[in-house]
Amino acid sequence: MISQIFILSSKGDHLIYKDFRGESGGDAVGVFYEKVTALTGDQPPVVMSHKGLHFVHVRQGGLYWVATTTADSSPFTIIEFLNRLSALVKDYCGSLSEKSVQMNFALIYELLDEAVDYGYIQTTSSDVLKNFIQTEAVSSRPFSLFDLSNVGLFGAETQQSKVAPSSAATRPIQSSREQGGKSEIFVDVIERMSVVIGSNGMLMKADVEGEIRVKCYLPNCSGYGAAVRVDEVSFHQMVRLDEFDSHRILRLCPSQGEQMVMQYQLSDDLPSAPPFRLFPTIERDSGGRLLMYLKLRCDLPPKSAAINVAATIPVPKGSLSLSQELSSPDQSAELKPQSRAVVWKIPRFTGGMQLSALFKLEVPGLSSASLLEVGPVGLSFELPKLTATGLQIRFLRLSPVQPGPSQRWVRYVTHSDSYTIRI
Amino acid sequence: MPYLGGEETVRELRRALSNPNVQSDQLRYRNTILKVIRAMSQGVDMSGLFSEMVKACATVDVVQKKLVYVFLCSYAALNPELSLLVINTLRKDCQDPNPMVRSLALRNMTNLRLPSLVEYVEQPLAAGLRDRAACVRRVAVLGWAKLHNLQASSEIDAAVVNELYSLLRDPDPVVMVNCLRALEEILKDEGGVAINKPITHHLLNRLKECDIWGQCQVLRVLQRYRPQSEDELFDILSLLDASLVSPHPPIMAATLSLFLSLCSGQPAVSLAALERVRGPLLAACGSGSREMRFTALCHIQLLLRSIPGLMGAHYKRFFCGYAEPAYIKQRKMQVLVELVNDENVAMLLDELKGYCTDVNAETAQAAITAIGRIGRSYSDRCLEILTGLLGLKQDHITSAVVQTMRDLVWVCPQCSDTVCFALEGCEETLQDSQGRQALLWLLGVYGERVSSAPYTLEVFIDGVRSEASLGVKMELLTATMRLFLCRPAETQDMLGRLLHYCIEEETDMCVRDQALLYYRLLHCGIEETRKVLQGRRSDPSLGVLIGRPAEPVSQWARSFNTLEPLRQGSIETDGALNRLKQ
Repeated sequence: MISQIFILSSKGDHLIYKDFRGESGGDAVGVFYEKVTALTGDQPPVVMSHKGLHFVHVRQGGLYWVATTTADSSPFTIIEFLNRLSALVKDYCGSLSEKSVQMNFALIYELLDEAVDYGYIQTTSSDVLKNFIQTEAVSSRPFSLFDLSNVGLFGAETQQSKVAPSSAATRPIQSSREQGGKSEIFVDVIERMSVVIGSNGMLMKADVEGEIRVKCYLPNCSGYGAAVRVDEVSFHQMVRLDEFDSHRILRLCPSQGEQMVMQYQLSDDLPSAPPFRLFPTIERDSGGRLLMYLKLRCDLPPKSAAINVAATIPVPKGSLSLSQELSSPDQSAELKPQSRAVVWKIPRFTGGMQLSALFKLEVPGLSSASLLEVGPVGLSFELPKLTATGLQIRFLRLSPVQPGPSQRWVRYVTHSDSYTIRI
Repeated sequence: MPYLGGEETVRELRRALSNPNVQSDQLRYRNTILKVIRAMSQGVDMSGLFSEMVKACATVDVVQKKLVYVFLCSYAALNPELSLLVINTLRKDCQDPNPMVRSLALRNMTNLRLPSLVEYVEQPLAAGLRDRAACVRRVAVLGWAKLHNLQASSEIDAAVVNELYSLLRDPDPVVMVNCLRALEEILKDEGGVAINKPITHHLLNRLKECDIWGQCQVLRVLQRYRPQSEDELFDILSLLDASLVSPHPPIMAATLSLFLSLCSGQPAVSLAALERVRGPLLAACGSGSREMRFTALCHIQLLLRSIPGLMGAHYKRFFCGYAEPAYIKQRKMQVLVELVNDENVAMLLDELKGYCTDVNAETAQAAITAIGRIGRSYSDRCLEILTGLLGLKQDHITSAVVQTMRDLVWVCPQCSDTVCFALEGCEETLQDSQGRQALLWLLGVYGERVSSAPYTLEVFIDGVRSEASLGVKMELLTATMRLFLCRPAETQDMLGRLLHYCIEEETDMCVRDQALLYYRLLHCGIEETRKVLQGRRSDPSLGVLIGRPAEPVSQWARSFNTLEPLRQGSIETDGALNRLKQ
């Protein structure tokens, strides 16, 4: 059972605090933040304790979502709850950030009040909650036509945590009293790819984790079909699977807001080749500088492209300065001393193309052993309109047929969870 | 909001709240109260506005009511008399035709946590248990638990307890689960709810009606149940089978906990259950939430203690992603060490080698330690990697390598030659005391094979006055003594200087006493000294990596699905190793 819940910004500002049990004396929030700042690095451990107070936290939207609890609580339950809470806040407020939490604190207190009673979780279903939540959400910015050109994905946190929101899908879900507004349903297939390519060019590991998410602004049921080969599949409790085995049809009645309908996973036998290959040449030149000549090839079909590609190349400690030769002006590269890496950014990389870059680094005291410190190269990227497993939604049928015009959006994206190329 | 503006803000808001123009305009009133709550949630003390807020409570605007309750519940304990004024409004609201208003009033009455209010609260709570709306009954049930904890000395009427037991059959599943929770708290001294056969079967039959939080609660409470026959046990297990492989990690974990406690006398069944959850746990390791991944990872470590081969085929899932947080990487490396075998050792070592140059020093050190542990069974390959890392001449890497080599040599004395060769020149790069201590130990025990040992020790001895670390000084004493025993000509002089300093000038008593001990030993004669100082150099029995015995599940079943596995430092450390080396 949960004793207190609080939300802090990354700088430790108090955003929300609620005490359910009235049991702990003392300043739990202060203790927590002190422990966070006392540690080096920016990744405090998920569970921390201090004199009988046990803190469990998650990071979402750049904020700390913290619960204090007893030592024998289930960490799975608390973490799932905190994640679910942040998803609810995102649904109700439209987006998740320090600003949206600050502007909607009354709504969030209402949510907490209805979701948890005396530290016991009562419900996190948006269908149930919408009957109780009265406060209107305050959106952080008004809808603008310019945003339509950037239809991105909700719920897909890329490596840089840069979600390009389509503001249509960041519309808050409606409270019980409001009618009207467009009926829309978004079905997103989001895949995360995890690949390791060895120094000899062999594919050592390739995993894909995928999710089908539905965000529903419709009042009614829907059903749809999909076709793919996967290793393991799991479904949300509410999905009806009677026709799954024969026709691969999933039926469900989605509740308001965003939910994950199906989760699947595929290992080692991807239908297509890994999207990127790297051909590096690393050597020392006569002037004692480190030379890195990198050829990056994109093995996607020519009609597709990868966006926001960033290659992170760890370099020896003490690297001072970087000089670069890149093949086109929209690419950029910089040396980041704190993470001790060169980051090479390519905004758009079309399939079948090959890009090369030459980097020269000044490293005082460069030895042949230092060359060991170069690599492994990490790539992060997004592949819009593509799924690594080949999963496709064949049809999306709504029943009963909707009275007014209703929009259906089916979107695909694959992005990199961890794409490592060894040198 | 300016920090010093706290009092000023309170004054302004008090003026606004008492202003009749504001009070008559619903929107303005609500917005003013919103400002109060906002300031409160930012940590400003708003308790001075208590009486104004009490007046704001009597309103038809539900949003405003809720905001006022948030305020009152936070500050009620500071103003018990004023809080009594709210009671009338609350009691009236408990009879409102709208069930939402009733449940809101009931919940907040009990959340005020004021012992003086108890006599006013009991009657609405009793009525709430019989309310026709489920949302009110849910609140009423937990309300009794809150009341009980507020006045621990008074007994909750037996009639109420009976009614709560009968509400376990309420058609609404949340009411049922809340009854379990309330009874657990009220009957805590008697061991909680009586989990007997009829109640158990009733709860199991209704499990599917509950949402995941309700299911987790039921599964947890049922851990106390002891089936009366094997048939009954297997009936229960087959009923719960689908929950065991649930895609929702909390349910899977709660079900496994229940299985393990029901089958504590049947180890084969427990092991079979562990095999069943492999799939769901691996899926949780790939969850989008990092914290969930970490939780799954820590629990996999527990399972591996009883079934070391459980994840053998899936070792690649535990390769670290380059952007993962350090706490996940370190646990993954621990798991990788457990999964090593002849077929995958080359690939695993290659992978771990890549992590040794991680920008996070702790992760790099964890990778080096992991390689060292694998080295117990594959010493040649690992030593090659470790000596290569020394070439980087980076202090945190060299320190970790030297410590790892010390640990490795303790378990695998056959590595000592390679290690001795590698030690030449390390002392220049070492900065931290752990690393220097490890180096000194190695030089002391294997000094006869490291040609530069006396010179290295001499540098330390010359700098002993400015040496801050106690451990380093102690180790230096022991190492110099040991080296003296095998290379007396080269070390006699410096040993004399060291002992002189430690006895005459050193302020720390431990060091001084140790030096005195050694001085007197030397007086007793060389043979005596040798006997004391040249004890064991290694303990190969401590551990080949592969083939460690599997632990019975009962060793760790209690801590499954609690916060315990996630703690820093709850992983196996080589503490035994360190103690033996003294």
